[in-house]
Amino acid sequence: MKNIYKKSSIISENAFCPGCLHGVASKLIAEVLEELQIHQKAICVLPVGCGTLNMESLKLDRVVAAHGRAPAVATGLKRSLPDNIVFTYQGDGDLASIGLAEIIHAANRGENITVIFVNNSIYGMTGGQLAPTTLVQQQSTTSKFGRNTSTMGYPIKMAEIITQLESPTLVARQSLDSPRNIIAAKKIIRRAFENQMNHKGFSFVELLSNCPTNWKMKPIDSLDWMRSNVIPYFELGILKDVEGGK
Amino acid sequence: MSQLFMKGNEAIAESAVRAGCEFFAGYPITPQNEIPEYLSWRLDEVGGVFVQGESEVAAVNMIYGASCAGKRVMTSTSGPGLSLKAEGISYLAASRLPAVIVDVARTGAGLGQIKPGQNDYWFVKSPGHGGFKTIVLAPHTVQEAVDLTYMAFDLADRDLAPVIVLADGVIGAMMEAVTLPPFKDTYPDKTSWILNGAENRESRIISSVTNDLNKLESFHVYQKELYESWGRKDVMVESFMASDAEYIIAAYGTSARIAKTAIRILREKGIKIGLIRPITIVPFPYEAFEDLPYNNVKGILVTELCIPSQMIDDIQLGVLKRIPVHTFGRGGGFIFSPEDIIDELNKVFSLED
Ligand SMILES: Cc1ncc(C[n+]2csc(CCOP(=O)(O)OP(=O)(O)O)c2C)c(N)n1
Repeated sequence: MKNIYKKSSIISENAFCPGCLHGVASKLIAEVLEELQIHQKAICVLPVGCGTLNMESLKLDRVVAAHGRAPAVATGLKRSLPDNIVFTYQGDGDLASIGLAEIIHAANRGENITVIFVNNSIYGMTGGQLAPTTLVQQQSTTSKFGRNTSTMGYPIKMAEIITQLESPTLVARQSLDSPRNIIAAKKIIRRAFENQMNHKGFSFVELLSNCPTNWKMKPIDSLDWMRSNVIPYFELGILKDVEGGK
Repeated sequence: MSQLFMKGNEAIAESAVRAGCEFFAGYPITPQNEIPEYLSWRLDEVGGVFVQGESEVAAVNMIYGASCAGKRVMTSTSGPGLSLKAEGISYLAASRLPAVIVDVARTGAGLGQIKPGQNDYWFVKSPGHGGFKTIVLAPHTVQEAVDLTYMAFDLADRDLAPVIVLADGVIGAMMEAVTLPPFKDTYPDKTSWILNGAENRESRIISSVTNDLNKLESFHVYQKELYESWGRKDVMVESFMASDAEYIIAAYGTSARIAKTAIRILREKGIKIGLIRPITIVPFPYEAFEDLPYNNVKGILVTELCIPSQMIDDIQLGVLKRIPVHTFGRGGGFIFSPEDIIDELNKVFSLED
């Protein structure tokens, strides 16, 4: 029999809720690191949020940063260990709300790190409050009647904001809702790590994700909801690619 | 060894370099700006890294990251910046990461004023949430600022914990002759715990969070034992003309320096007065106050460049109401003179009557 799929050896159990795409994001990272043979050089900076659960499952050197501060911690690590591979794994509350200054300035300094941004449009870990990325009209425990733009503003498009800066060399957004998009996501994650290996500077990959538990949906319905609501607002694709001339 | 004439802040920075500091991140704030300014070029010269963070929050988290990598790390700030660093200092303490934090204190809560003050005493004793302590070293001369900064790195590495150097705007801005320590060439081996990639070893995690509550509680017990051990072996205190003193001034840092002049003047007049000067704020030298000859000492004056007095809390714990304790301070960034201290002593103890 031909072995066509092998579980990455650097990830153990899935620590996330059933149907949560955080597990897919983590798995893709593990696969890419192993395929590029950089897992023994990698240091993962984890956020505060559901992504913290990777501390139990990712068999890499890793550190749990304070909420939102992962890009600053990664800056300290990478500047100290330029030959290691340093990446952050952050949720949308972590990266786009409390850690907004840290992500913008790490990007602007062009730190040679890779940022994996898992955007599930909600605060998962704390039980489903409004996130900076919560969609207009989307309900949360602190926006019971849906996101009201007149008092809560609009969902923040982080990849677009990072693209405005001079230093970042690769900025992209993909979705984890379908096999096709997952394959594309893996490809861009791989490029983001290759970028770092080639000392090309700051790479930012936003991965659209779900939260069946706090969206209060069956996993399968959450995927439909992503397709009809999340993806149309957060456009997929490569926004900036200096190597590729974009 | 030759002497140099150096400004306090620059002397602190150079001492850090000689102690092997390889990574500094900071954010501009008066009255400590000469520390990052000096290190911005000096660390480059010795192959270290300087980063100007986007905020104190970022700066302290940068040194957190560099400490994970095993580097000797430092950040410096003043009051408002220390508030922002409190989060990171708590994480450093909980993650067992060594780091040196210099607070060149200024006056007042909020933005206060950039003028010197000793207003952060209460804060530095436990500078963050969750119930932890840091060793706090408080210099009263530029030379002592150099020596204590140098020592702070060793203490941080010994305990795998953040250590605070509490200077103030006077020490930071003052120029004095200093003898600089030699460049350190041996450091503690950190290879057993740092993050540098899991090559030919198990992967590691540095974290302040754990789901194992027993492990967390054992860490809390460990912290308690660590703090108790500081009390047994790390207390530093200077007793200045205090052995036969009937009156004691209790002061640290710049106010202790001013008090010394007042004491010299009064001693010339035959008044038996001395100084007890905590060099470590944490661990506090309670014994120096517990062991005072209570039948001989008539009173204590705590002098501080802040109002209300903050150190009085610790003095009272040592004295336990056995002698009258008064406080004298200036707020608003004003600095008292030796004569001001003498006037106050006369007022409360009728010394020269
Ligand atoms: C300073 C601070 N504020 C608040 C929290 C509580 N908190 C924990 S996780 C979280 C939000 C996580 O949401 P997100 O970053 O979107 O990640 P998700 O859990 O959805 O993956 C918050 C607010 C905290 N740990 N620290």
